[in-house]
Amino acid sequence: MGKTLVEKILSNKSGTDAVAGGIAIAKVDVAFVQDGTGPLAVRQFDEAGFAKVANPDKSILFLDHAAPSPNQQLSNDHMLLRQFSKNTGVQLSEVGEGVCHQIVAESYASPGDVVVGADSHTVTAGAFSAVATGMGSTDIAVAMALGKTWFRVPETYKIVVNGKFQKGVYPKDLILHLIGMIGADGATYKALEFAGDTIDAMSMVGRLTIANMAVEAGAKVGLFASDETTRDYLIKQGRGDSYVAIAPDADAVYERVIEIDAGTIEPTVSKPHTVDNTALAKELGDVKIQQVFMGTCTNGRLNDFAVAAGILKGKKRHADTRLLIAPASRKVLSDAIAAGYIQTLLDAGATIMPPGCAACVGVHQGILGDGEVCLSTANRNFKGRMGNPDSYIYLASPATAAASAITGRITDPREVV
Amino acid sequence: MLKGQAHKFGSDISTDLIAPGRYFHLRSNLPELAKHVLEDADPEFASIVKSGDFVVADSNFGLGSSREHAPIIIKMAGVAAVLAKSFARIFFRNAINVGLPVLICDTDQIGQGDELEVDLAAGIIKDKTNGIELTFSKIPEAMLKILDEGGLVPYIKKHGDFKL
Repeated sequence: MGKTLVEKILSNKSGTDAVAGGIAIAKVDVAFVQDGTGPLAVRQFDEAGFAKVANPDKSILFLDHAAPSPNQQLSNDHMLLRQFSKNTGVQLSEVGEGVCHQIVAESYASPGDVVVGADSHTVTAGAFSAVATGMGSTDIAVAMALGKTWFRVPETYKIVVNGKFQKGVYPKDLILHLIGMIGADGATYKALEFAGDTIDAMSMVGRLTIANMAVEAGAKVGLFASDETTRDYLIKQGRGDSYVAIAPDADAVYERVIEIDAGTIEPTVSKPHTVDNTALAKELGDVKIQQVFMGTCTNGRLNDFAVAAGILKGKKRHADTRLLIAPASRKVLSDAIAAGYIQTLLDAGATIMPPGCAACVGVHQGILGDGEVCLSTANRNFKGRMGNPDSYIYLASPATAAASAITGRITDPREVV
Repeated sequence: MLKGQAHKFGSDISTDLIAPGRYFHLRSNLPELAKHVLEDADPEFASIVKSGDFVVADSNFGLGSSREHAPIIIKMAGVAAVLAKSFARIFFRNAINVGLPVLICDTDQIGQGDELEVDLAAGIIKDKTNGIELTFSKIPEAMLKILDEGGLVPYIKKHGDFKL
């Protein structure tokens, strides 16, 4: 019987015949925590009596969620992680380096890997054809120590996307559209596998955006077969030799197949307070916004700022709308400066924040006031997510965010380009 | 046998509602964080929950982030088990890892404040208030082995490896 991507990779990494529904104990290639989940992982590591990390070169502690630290408690948490890195030799990604998932994409994840992180958006690395998934602090502490973890091998939903996007429509609109269609628990415990000519033609940046949000439909992982696009991306990061071609078998068994015509998708927005509460941007009416937040592991990459700068060039943000920009990594920031995007955004009235999670998690750098509305390029709009339960978060593409920053209300980007 | 009162919640109770991001700085001070458990879903919950009570929710409980602090502070608040129609996968796995039973059942049958008796071994929930008896889906065998040891840390301390 043929295998899906997740069955193939877990078979290889467990040395067994991994079939949906079974249990696989798999070798872990990359394991990481961030500053919100790391301190607990360190305590559990100590509590379990571990002293050594199995693979310190590919075990990473990221300081990204509260970076730089806004208060003494989190500064102390950062100190704990720095000390753990010194004690065990695991990698430390300091304040200002960027969001864990972007750095994993730039420097660590390769096709065929098992990547586990104490952060739900670890699924981002599924774009490389890696079985990448989020777990809790204890699971990651154990994975770092033993170099392996256990999985229930998931059934797979194949998402087949064909056709060309209309002008003003981006991969973010596709994944919001899909989540709106199947629901926030529409793929719980399942793997998603993306295929079709739209996916074949899509950049790595687009694939990363889509893989990143697989968890918002409940999925364990969102996978893409590796191809020339994957290889080119790895070569650009100086990691071309880590490329391996991985594709599902032609006779793989899928629990469900969902077909989407990319040409029918329009700029899509998730309304408060769940990601599956989607609507078309053009149908929203007059939703005034006090803040636009552009960045995160979903849409804080160079191409995203290229799109935003293209729309905002020579324009100004609306007087009542703050425009916050947080590049996903130091490399993204550096490249965006070199390309002139940062200057364009500054001229449009943007506030540039350090690479990291910034306003996404409600810890610092852009917490909303009572009753305020934010349009964000992030992946989550849960009540209280951005630090205030009495505020409202809408999610959209960088194009929709840029257009809306100009008008001060949620705007279909096709209105302004 | 677990005995306690039902505290009802709706669907899509995210980890942001359970352990809000604005208390991020309390994650290394769990007793303090636990005072805010489920605060954005029910601001009264932390002050009224009694040891041995149950959280009873609709579908997709625990969606969102991987923060293990969410099941930890539910357990620290004294909650004996979480009952829901379905759970998000990371929360489900985290709950088992910290020794918090998570039971999948038809929670529509249970009312706010109902007195419940839960027999984990037999897989039966008795609602003493309305006289209804429910069954819950079996916890997967691999996870039961971890739960039976009280969580993943005690499991690994005893077995030294995954023997699932």
